[in-house]
Amino acid sequence: MNNTEQIKKSLNKRYRKEKRFRFLSLLAVLIGFACLLILLVDMVIKAWPAFIQTEVKLDIHFSQEKLGLATNFDPEELQNANFRGLIKQSLQQLFPMVRKRSDKRALMRLISVDAEYRLRDKLQAEPQLLGQTVPIWLLVDDDVDTYLKSDKQFGRVSQEQIAWITELEQQERFQKRFNYWFFQTGDSREPELAGILGAVIGSFYTLLVTLLLSFPIGVMAAVYLEEFAPRNRWIDFIEVNINNLAAVPSIVFGLLGLAVFINFFGLPRSAPLVGGIVLALMTLPTIIIASRSAIKAVSPSMREAALGLGASKIQVAFHHVVPLAMPGILTGTIIGLAQALGETAPLLMIGMVAFIVDIPQGATDAATVLPVQIYLWADSPERAFVAKTAAAILVLLLFLTVMNGLAVWLRKKFERRW
Amino acid sequence: MKQIGLYIILTLTAPSLVLASGRDVINIVGSSTVYPFATVVAERFGKSSKFKTPKIESTGTGGGIKLFCAGVDINTPDITNASRRMKKSEFNQCQKNGVKKIVEVLVGYDGIVLAHAMRKTQMQLSLRDIFLALAKSVPASDGSQTLVDNPYKTWQEINPKLPAKKIEVLGPPPTSGTRDAFVELALEGGCKTFQWIKALKKIDKSRYKAICHGMREDGAYIEAGENDNLIVQKLVANPNAMGIFGFSFLDQNSDIIQGSIINGAKAEFESIASGDYPISRPLYFYVKKAHVDVIPGIAEYIAAFTSEATSGEEGYLTDKGLIPLDEAKRQTVRQNANKLQNLDL
Repeated sequence: MNNTEQIKKSLNKRYRKEKRFRFLSLLAVLIGFACLLILLVDMVIKAWPAFIQTEVKLDIHFSQEKLGLATNFDPEELQNANFRGLIKQSLQQLFPMVRKRSDKRALMRLISVDAEYRLRDKLQAEPQLLGQTVPIWLLVDDDVDTYLKSDKQFGRVSQEQIAWITELEQQERFQKRFNYWFFQTGDSREPELAGILGAVIGSFYTLLVTLLLSFPIGVMAAVYLEEFAPRNRWIDFIEVNINNLAAVPSIVFGLLGLAVFINFFGLPRSAPLVGGIVLALMTLPTIIIASRSAIKAVSPSMREAALGLGASKIQVAFHHVVPLAMPGILTGTIIGLAQALGETAPLLMIGMVAFIVDIPQGATDAATVLPVQIYLWADSPERAFVAKTAAAILVLLLFLTVMNGLAVWLRKKFERRW
Repeated sequence: MKQIGLYIILTLTAPSLVLASGRDVINIVGSSTVYPFATVVAERFGKSSKFKTPKIESTGTGGGIKLFCAGVDINTPDITNASRRMKKSEFNQCQKNGVKKIVEVLVGYDGIVLAHAMRKTQMQLSLRDIFLALAKSVPASDGSQTLVDNPYKTWQEINPKLPAKKIEVLGPPPTSGTRDAFVELALEGGCKTFQWIKALKKIDKSRYKAICHGMREDGAYIEAGENDNLIVQKLVANPNAMGIFGFSFLDQNSDIIQGSIINGAKAEFESIASGDYPISRPLYFYVKKAHVDVIPGIAEYIAAFTSEATSGEEGYLTDKGLIPLDEAKRQTVRQNANKLQNLDL
């Protein structure tokens, strides 16, 4: 057997090996993709009820007497007027048969607690409605909402309530509409009122602080370490420490934030300012490491050419090296920020895991962030929060996708080939 | 570009200038069991009054009291929620740090249930059954006064009336207040039914505690984390398993899970309120009196929380699963709270 024959014999084996390898690699990709798809589909299916909200039409008679207002009342008194009474009256007219006290309570429970505040706001905006009867769309309670959405399979609604709901359905008093409310309000303990905006704004302020701190510091550190630092033991020591820092569990940064920024410097608890600082410490190593490798990848001939033409070291760094390394630096920064966006553990220690209804107005107002909101909703007993949790996860995923897409776009835009 | 930078700096720093002059949001910390109730009150309080909505952190009872007792400065919380009464040691810690005057408010009760999926027939347990099923060491079955490592694998081995299914109970980890209360009320309650162990309490208290508070560690009791929703889901998936959690989760999921009957009492609203159901605990919140005049709205928040429309027998908190105080008790609590009566332990 000569060499050629020997090779020919082994050739088939080699081809098979290659085929097998390619098949297995493809399988790995497909498995990863399938997992992602299952997660996404599951989330979307679970989340869709959160984007739809049922409303009920009630004929509200804004009776001055029922509201408990005198003939010449002070507009301030509207704040505490008996708007609940108006809803009771309206329901009473629809269901005159309901007499027992406990039944009346069950009937009232069909309507969201928000209804009375909505009526109050409506009357405050349009005072001429006083004394008139107008049909108004009001939110239904989360139990009713869940019942109507889940094909009438929901045991928390009693038999009497089911009868009333059917009656209301026959009168075509229900409507389903897109839940824009979800994107306009802060947290609430009533699932039908809970919104994501407070957490989105909180995340925005937190990430803004993180970006403003970690980007300049990270890039400067990377430029110094790559371009100017002498090679000695101290620099090696710093390098090892930065790499170590990148692997420290994030809760440790939270403890640090609690001890230093809140207890020592007296910064406010639960504020995006402190959250941002803590997350900046966490993202710094990521940014430094990514920036350093981006700077390292700029070809030495660029530096030499610039130096040869008489540029100073600082001109070389800032006119040539940093702009060329920018796509890498930005990608590193955005990936670091995306990581920070999904972080909850360090925020637990500094009090950002909290129930906050009001939308934060600045970086020192109490706020919470998206992942924390998801965690809080996942922990709530009301069933309708399952959908809210999934919807919040979708919002978070959307932000992450946008940020990572931005990273790709920036890389493409600033990338220079030669 | 410069203007944008300036704008960013202004938005970031402007509120902090305001902040230096004081805080206008009530700051609440504490128990995760009280959290679902306190948050509802806070939200309605924010909507119906001229004050801002209080901020509530869920830190656990112990963690909350620690923060609360750190001092009287404006950066410390004004109110802490607790799923048990403040301990003497915690009270002393408070005093030492200058938190001299504390107002205690009893809100209501919370039942702890031992639930399982709807598909199986309802379990009827006694506290003794629970103790025998979940304690680390139990009295030997021959009736002698000796302890053996818990040998029971199925419920039927404990009590012939119970089904022959495997003992498999999901519950909270030791850090949880629910677990503390369950151990104290259910395990110890069942433990005490053995006369010779009960007698031990006077002779050797630490041994008594070791016997009655020791949870089994051989896999029959599974620590399922603090997320009660997760336990509910696991119960639905595995109908043989039982789960331990607060009554409000049973109340909200009453179509898919059911509570066991314990000592003949159903895990229902009325029986917990009347005290027939043996595993229930009081819920409190504590107010720092020194902050009442500094932070706006604290007095009004106390008034709102203790009002009939909130925690009365037909108050909205009962819709969320809180077991209310009886009317006379609530009246006294309300009066004392609104007078800001000092707590003394």
